[in-house]
Amino acid sequence: MGKTVSFISRNFGRYNPASLASYEYIGGFTALRKALGMDGLEIAKVLSDNGVQGRGGAAYDMGRKWSQARAVEAPHKCVVCNADEGEPGTFKDRELIRNDPFQLLEGMIIAGWSVGADNGYIYMRGEYSHLRPLLLSAIRQCEEKGYLGDNILGSGFSYRIHLYSGAGAYVCGEGSALCESLEGHSGRPRMKPPFIKQCGAFHLPTCVNNVESLSLVPPLLLDTQGFYKSQGTPDCPGTKMISVCGNVKNPGVFEVPFGITIREIIYDLAGGIEDGHQLQLVQLGGASGRLASPAQLDTPYTYKDMKAADLTAIGSGAILVVDERTSIIGFLRITQQFFFHESCGQCTPCREGNLHIRMLLDKVAAGTHTEQDIRLMEKYARIMSTASMCGLGETAQSALLSAMKRFPEVFAIKKEVAVR
Amino acid sequence: MKPFVQKLDELTPEMVALVDRVVEEHQNDPTQLVGILLDIQDGVERHYIPEPVAYYLSQRLSIRVTQIYDVVTFYSMLYDKPRAKYTLEVCNSAPCRVKDSDTLVETLKRLLNLEVGEVTYDGRFCIEKVPCFGACDVSPAVRVNGAVYGHLDSEERVLDMLRQLD
Ligand SMILES: Cc1cc2nc3c(=O)[nH]c(=O)nc-3n(C[C@H](O)[C@H](O)[C@H](O)COP(=O)(O)O)c2cc1C
Ligand code: SF4
Ligand code: FES
Repeated sequence: MGKTVSFISRNFGRYNPASLASYEYIGGFTALRKALGMDGLEIAKVLSDNGVQGRGGAAYDMGRKWSQARAVEAPHKCVVCNADEGEPGTFKDRELIRNDPFQLLEGMIIAGWSVGADNGYIYMRGEYSHLRPLLLSAIRQCEEKGYLGDNILGSGFSYRIHLYSGAGAYVCGEGSALCESLEGHSGRPRMKPPFIKQCGAFHLPTCVNNVESLSLVPPLLLDTQGFYKSQGTPDCPGTKMISVCGNVKNPGVFEVPFGITIREIIYDLAGGIEDGHQLQLVQLGGASGRLASPAQLDTPYTYKDMKAADLTAIGSGAILVVDERTSIIGFLRITQQFFFHESCGQCTPCREGNLHIRMLLDKVAAGTHTEQDIRLMEKYARIMSTASMCGLGETAQSALLSAMKRFPEVFAIKKEVAVR
Repeated sequence: MKPFVQKLDELTPEMVALVDRVVEEHQNDPTQLVGILLDIQDGVERHYIPEPVAYYLSQRLSIRVTQIYDVVTFYSMLYDKPRAKYTLEVCNSAPCRVKDSDTLVETLKRLLNLEVGEVTYDGRFCIEKVPCFGACDVSPAVRVNGAVYGHLDSEERVLDMLRQLD
């Protein structure tokens, strides 16, 4: 099995991302032509047959999402591309947009056709403002050539794509907060139900997908040879974009087949740990991901194996490698500070939980903590993961809880304090 | 009596022109508020939303000024107080911290003789700590007015970056 593959990223460097003509020259928009001859459900079935799961973090069955979206009866619907990419350590969507904006647009148009939407919205994080001109010009070129607008390629299907900006709020990656932000409001998650697939942006049924999920659609529709399915493992076919960073020699974005081990990713693709240092822990899936100990490096990178090893199942595709120079408690405090800063403060478990766990972690760092503090911290973390209103609060403590399991020694009570 | 609208007395022709241009670029669409505010902020020298601009924008888009302030105060990239002409944003999320962005902050503080959050007397520089801006592969990194400067792991590189800003 090759270490990296080129399927979602097959066009990287093969055409000029600023020019539609050069995308057409390498065969761009043939997938759209094919899709327009297919029924929406048929397209969703291709996704299901290939076992495609959403790449934004929640790993929801993508074909199912599209067929459900198609089944909703409404005069207007919309498709949203989630380009918020807020998980620290994730930058694969940035590369997909920068190197291959037209494939993303093509995927979005196919999504619109498949679910029966009339508008598509790209919600891109404010930090990527340097990519805005590229995407805007790509959208304009598609409009001029008739890939967007009224009656696309004579099919009778009309669809437009709009580009929206975020402004530095991690929580806006959450579906309902994203919809609030699209409407020009502050991005606080909504109470569910209604779910956004029934009532999302502008009160329309909304189908939200990640950049990578949408970019995967055009190559998959053209893949009649079953290349995608031949990659990965029988349980978990396909390829995945990952971003590796931290204390490795060669950080970056790679496309890998599922089933590769974390060790292969770190040592073969990312060049191994920086000279003279040892690996201490790996965080998978961004700040909301669990920590893996060096003993878990041989876990295959698939949804099932990761879950069985009690790790975050793929998540955003981020792999953060940390060596012994950062202390584990120090690392947890950084993560905690992130969630404390990003919590929207709307519901009590997340707002207060993040604050109090931060204070307790400060105590652990100072070595003045007691047995009771540790128990309290664990209790708060559990309450947060069950009682929070959105995924931010639910996953904020996965790093802490997994560290308690895998590195119990760093929480050990310092003797002199405990007797007091 | 002129109630709230008196804020508009402080409006300069440049501000009006800026707001008009940005709103035009966003097709007068109030749902694009976040993007509009970001672009306005880019056009203001100290990179913030001055109060008269907020009031004028609310009239221009026919939305309440409270909605504008709700948005400005919610998003961490929007500011209602003046910042610096060059705000040096250092990432303080885990991937950059393990690549020693703390040393970068210390170097910046020493070179500019400035604390985090302070602005130099001439309004040119300011150091801020922000969450991940997606440059984790070139960390430690600084983001200045939208441009990312990566691999700032030595003093020479930091000085190089600062010289490029002038
Ligand atoms: C707090 C929070 C932040 C999220 N951030 C992102 C994000 O930055 N990008 C993304 O694609 N999905 C993000 N998600 C997941 C989305 O809510 C959603 O599941 C995803 O965009 C669906 O697309 P997919 O099915 O293609 O994965 C986030 C979820 C939560 C709860
Ligand atoms: S869990 Fe946190 S981010 Fe989500 S709604 Fe509650 S306070 Fe806001
Ligand atoms: S963690 Fe610093 S830029 Fe992503």
